[in-house]
Order: sequence, then C-alpha cells, then structure tokens
Amino acid sequence: MIKHLRSAADLDAATATLILDTAGEMAALAGREVKKLPTLRGRTVVNLFYEDSTRTRISFEAAAKRLSADVINFSAKGSSVSKGESLKDTALTLQAMGADAVVIRHPASGAPHRLAAWVDGSVVNAGDGTHEHPTQALLDAYTMRSRLGRLDGLRVAIVGDVLHSRVARSNVLLLTTLGAQVTLVGPPTLIPVDIAAALSPSTKVSYDLDSVLPDMDVVMMLRVQTERMQDSYFPSAREYSRRYGLDLARMRKMPEHAIVMHPGPMNRGMEIAPEVADSSRSTIVEQVANGVSARMAVLYLLLGGKA
Amino acid sequence: MTSYLLRGVSVAAAPARDLAIVDGRISDEAPSDAQIIDASGLVALPGLVDLHTHLREPGREDAETVETGSRAAALGGYTAVFAMANTSPVADTAGVVEQVWRLGREAGLVDVQPIGAVTVGLAGKQLAELGAMATSAAGVRIFSDDGHCVADPRLMRRALEYVKAFDGIIAQHAEEPRLTEGAQMHEGEVSTRLGLTGWPAVAEEAIIARDVLLTEHVGSRLHVCHVSTAGSVEVLRQAKARGVRVTAEVTPHHLLLTDELAASYDPVYKVNPPLRTAKDVHALREALVEGVIDIVATDHAPHAVEDKECEWAYARPGMVGLETALPVVLSVLGEQWDLIAERMSRAPARIAGLTGHGTGLAVGDPANITLVDPSARRVVDPSELASRSRNTPYAGTTLPGRIVATFLRGEPTVLDGKAVK
Repeated sequence: MIKHLRSAADLDAATATLILDTAGEMAALAGREVKKLPTLRGRTVVNLFYEDSTRTRISFEAAAKRLSADVINFSAKGSSVSKGESLKDTALTLQAMGADAVVIRHPASGAPHRLAAWVDGSVVNAGDGTHEHPTQALLDAYTMRSRLGRLDGLRVAIVGDVLHSRVARSNVLLLTTLGAQVTLVGPPTLIPVDIAAALSPSTKVSYDLDSVLPDMDVVMMLRVQTERMQDSYFPSAREYSRRYGLDLARMRKMPEHAIVMHPGPMNRGMEIAPEVADSSRSTIVEQVANGVSARMAVLYLLLGGKA
Repeated sequence: MTSYLLRGVSVAAAPARDLAIVDGRISDEAPSDAQIIDASGLVALPGLVDLHTHLREPGREDAETVETGSRAAALGGYTAVFAMANTSPVADTAGVVEQVWRLGREAGLVDVQPIGAVTVGLAGKQLAELGAMATSAAGVRIFSDDGHCVADPRLMRRALEYVKAFDGIIAQHAEEPRLTEGAQMHEGEVSTRLGLTGWPAVAEEAIIARDVLLTEHVGSRLHVCHVSTAGSVEVLRQAKARGVRVTAEVTPHHLLLTDELAASYDPVYKVNPPLRTAKDVHALREALVEGVIDIVATDHAPHAVEDKECEWAYARPGMVGLETALPVVLSVLGEQWDLIAERMSRAPARIAGLTGHGTGLAVGDPANITLVDPSARRVVDPSELASRSRNTPYAGTTLPGRIVATFLRGEPTVLDGKAVK
C-alpha cells in the first residue's frame, strides 16, 4: 500500500480499485446499528485545516471516528498558525504528538508534498489550492460505480472552472486510471490549453456543452465562483449560466441513464438549476454519504488496516 | 605589494605561457622575489563581471551582506559585481548607492558597483534622481527596478531618454505585471498539472518587444535582464538586426534547469522569471553562443531559510548563483574559453562602461584575473557556500571546473580555492 495520498496520480488502477472495494465494505457498515469498527483504536489522526471547509472536515472526522481512531482537529484560525507559525513548525509539533496520519486542507498547491517531507506519518491531501482533492475523486468514482455499475469505458463530462478546480484535476487522473473517458467542458478562459498533455492524453476538451451532453453517462458540474467574473474569465453570471449551466432543458439532452454530479457547495441557479440539483438523476446527497465511506477506506488502508 | 608568476598558464584558449603580476598589473617579466604559482593545466580568464547581483545590504543582512556576497563573488571568480537596487531602503538616492559602494570598498574583495533604481522606491510612479546617482562617488551608469518591471510605457520612455545625458543604460526586468498576477511558475503543462498559477512567456516577450521599440524611438540604450524564453530571443534577434542598441543577459539557471523541477514543490526551484521548458533552454543556449544574448549574469538572489522552507506560493523567488556560475556555464558551453571570457567578463564590462575589467590580459592591464582548473569536478554542498544563504538549486549536483585563484588589481582574493580574507 502507498504511504501518502497527495495526488490521485499516487494511485494505480489496482490500488484505486482496492480503495473503492474497501469503501463498499465500509458503506455496508453504515447500515448497521453500531457503525463503529475497532480497527484504528489507539491511532491518532490529525485534521489540519488551513481553509474553512466544514463538510470535508466533518467527513474525515466521521471516517476516522468510525474506525475508532483518536481525532485531533487543528484549525488554523485561533491557533498558533494565526500567530505566524510556519507549516514546518506545525508539522514538527504534530510529529512530536505522534500523529499517525495528517489530513491537510491548505490554500497553497503542494502543501501536502511539503508536509510529507517533515512528518513520519501518512499525509492525506484534503484539497490543496488549485491542485488536487484526491478523496473527492475517490468518492465520485465510488458514486459512479455504485450508480452505473462500472467505470471502465464510462463517458464523463466535467463542466466549469477546470483551471481553478482541484476536483477536476483529481477526477481526470483517477477516472483515466480506471478506464473512463473524460471530456472537459467550459469557456476557453477556464480550460488550460495543455490540460490533456498535463494530465492524461486521452482527455477531450469541448467549449460546447450542448453538443457533449447526448453522449455522456455522467455530467459533473463544478462550482463557479462569481468573483471570476471580475477577472474577465466570463462576462457575467447570466451569460455563464446560459452557456454552461445545467438546466432542465439541457438535462433532457442527456441519455436516460445518465447521472448529474456536483462536489458542492452548489451555486443554485448559476452552474446548476435547482430542479436539476433536486432531481432523481442527481447524486449530490449520495456523494456526501459516500465521502465518509471512501475516506474510511483511505485511512484504513494507509494506516495498514487488514482487509 | 607581492608579485606573482603564474607558471604555465593558458590565457583563455591560447597556448600555455608564464604570466607575471607586478604592482597590480600584468607584466611580461617577474622580479626574482615573485611568488610562483604552478598554473600548468590551469586557465586564466579576465576576472568575471556580474551585471546582476543581489547583495541584500542594507535591509536583509540576515540573507546576505556586501561583505559575504563579495566573498561569494570572489570564490566564484568575479572581480566586479553590480548590486541591484531592491534593498531596504531602496538604492534610489545618491546616499544609498554611495553607502553600498563604500561597503564594497571596505570589504575589498570585488569591485561593488551599485545599480540605481529607475523609480522612487521601485514603485514605478516617479523617476528617481538618476543624475544625482550618476554623479555620486558610486558613479552609477546602470539603472534598474529589477524585481519589478518599469511597466508604464510613458515612464519607461522618459527613463530611456533621460539617461542619455550621462551615457546611462536602463536594465529592464521584463514582466508585464497584469499578465503575471499571482504567478508562481512557468505557464505550461507542468503548471497546469501542479495547479500553480502560470507566468506566461508572453508577459516577458511583450515588454521586450515594446522596450526595443521605445529604445529605437528615443535613440537610447536598453539592457534586458534575465531573458528566459525562446520567444524573447526572437524579439531580440530582430531588434539587433535592425540596429537597436539593446543588450541582454541570461542566468546560469535558465541555461540548465527546467520547470519540471517544480513538481517537487520545493521552493528552492522558485525563481523570477521562472524556470522554463527544455525548448526555451535550448534556444537560450544557442542565443548565447550566437551573441543574440550578450552575457551571462547570475541574478544571485540569497534568501533566509524561512523564506524558502515553506509552501511554494509563500516562498520568495530567487537562487544564489555567484559560486556556481562559471561551473554551470562550463558545463553548458564546454571549454570554449574565449567565448566564456567574452560572455562573462569582457562584454559585461563593456556594457557597463567599467574600465580595468574584462581586458584581454595584455601587458599593462590591471591584473583582474580568474584562474580556473578545468579538470576538477565538484559536488555542490550548500553548507560550504560563502554566501550567507543556502538556496542553491544545485545541491548534490556534480559540476565541472574549480576557481583556483582570483586576483583583484594584483591582490589575491582567492588562493588555492579559499578566500584570502
């Protein structure tokens, strides 16, 4: 098993599949009255969060606790970090406290790579800057596999602000590793021209959402921040929504079986219409539930749990 | 004053001969009490001249001082360095440039020539008192806001025009700031993969293109700092063919390293302009050989440990380079000694109007000499650097060539590879 999960590129097909299979076993537990496993008793998992992210932090916390690990939540606000402590000094502190795994969310791309050089325990990337969010990709892949039965050969569109999206990068890497065909869709200002060369040569790019939808099994909508408008990535929220938002009319162009995903938090009415978000084809709530199972699987396997 | 006899030395590419140093000058005859240095197999170059050094004093003496930077320069074979203006306070007045100049004289290891800021506080709003700096004891001829681009075209035009009165030259840090907001590394495949904001090549090329046109328009002189892209080389090639008075420099690191190194997220590889692609490296090497790029300049940029031992985005850009410049250039160009002497000593001295340096080492010339052992190999160990900072990208790399001795006007500043003081 690998030691760290810094990037979805750390996972080969066999390892990724093992994580998804393990997540399936973890999900089965969630239906039981006692949801807890004793596997990580006595082990310490630190949630080191430099960005506010209640949903991801709670998901990791629930995952670690269901595996009976001791969980320490270390948030940058109101801590030594807000007094100017460096990442390295924080790392050495966590190291001295005997952290077996550090789950890190950080606004700077590559912070988990730096952290891994300074601690002995496992490092799990819970989102770093505009780089990656590998556990999000795992829970997304898990959700696709549960709904559609397979990943190999699946056609997946990822729509929106690919340039700034850590979710998109991790999904392209992981889905390609698992045999899916990814198409990135958005305005040219938000899709790096060399994205396929950078991540995976089989990745396709389209600037026209309508032409892509009829061929997709999965349409994943990314959150688009309205402040991108100030930076001229697109002229207005309305124009973005008209060209790249998923509304009911567009959803009807998708094949019957195709699903709609979103990593959250959503801008209802911007990239996704409320009727679409709340439709039976939307997996948005399921994704949250699957997040706990996927993160349990990651912690369990990284910390050497026996299957 | 001690006389020296360098026995069996090869001057640049010429056959081995004896070279005498008497009363600070090169002589054809050594007195009987001259100290003899066995220089067989060694190469003598005119003392190297660096047009782009950050000495950090005043302001960041924890990263470098004029004295420690001078020692690093001497050990790297330099006899003159030009100290960039982005100190604290900024070298934008006669007072500050004279202070740096005086500190250099007191250290006495290399000739420290201050560069003056183009604009007050490097803010890009108002011309600094360029004339006062030019007529100060420091005798400033090169002006630069390095670290910042003089982005305002009207201000750049005025600066280029104004310095004609005292044969000054504007050294431009070519970076269109609106195209590099938040930029962390070269914009391309690697930045896309790493999720680091890109610094597009066009941000450099657009400013160089504009500036050569402005220079032509007002009939002045432009020097382009740290050229880093293949596209910039093309712009310079065309400008030179038209006869524009433009010169350009490339750093050792842009001749050797590529953006792939950022994949480690280790900020020791973070530098401005950023490391580019293998294609750019190739074009820069060709341009240096051809003369489209006139000189190698180090952009020696020392930084304190805490400014590099952190997240990539929070780290300061820059690499130390004085002590590794010649070995890197030697590894890139091979033993083309006359070309190396031209690009690292004669041409920089000529661009700066610096007399006594970059000579042909003829009898009577001031004895500013670098003695190199081309057969030596060295593994770079950051802890051995004389610079106060450790941010070298070459840690653990084996590089050819060793500086055996450096003479500043006949006085050894380095002997047997060690600093004399």
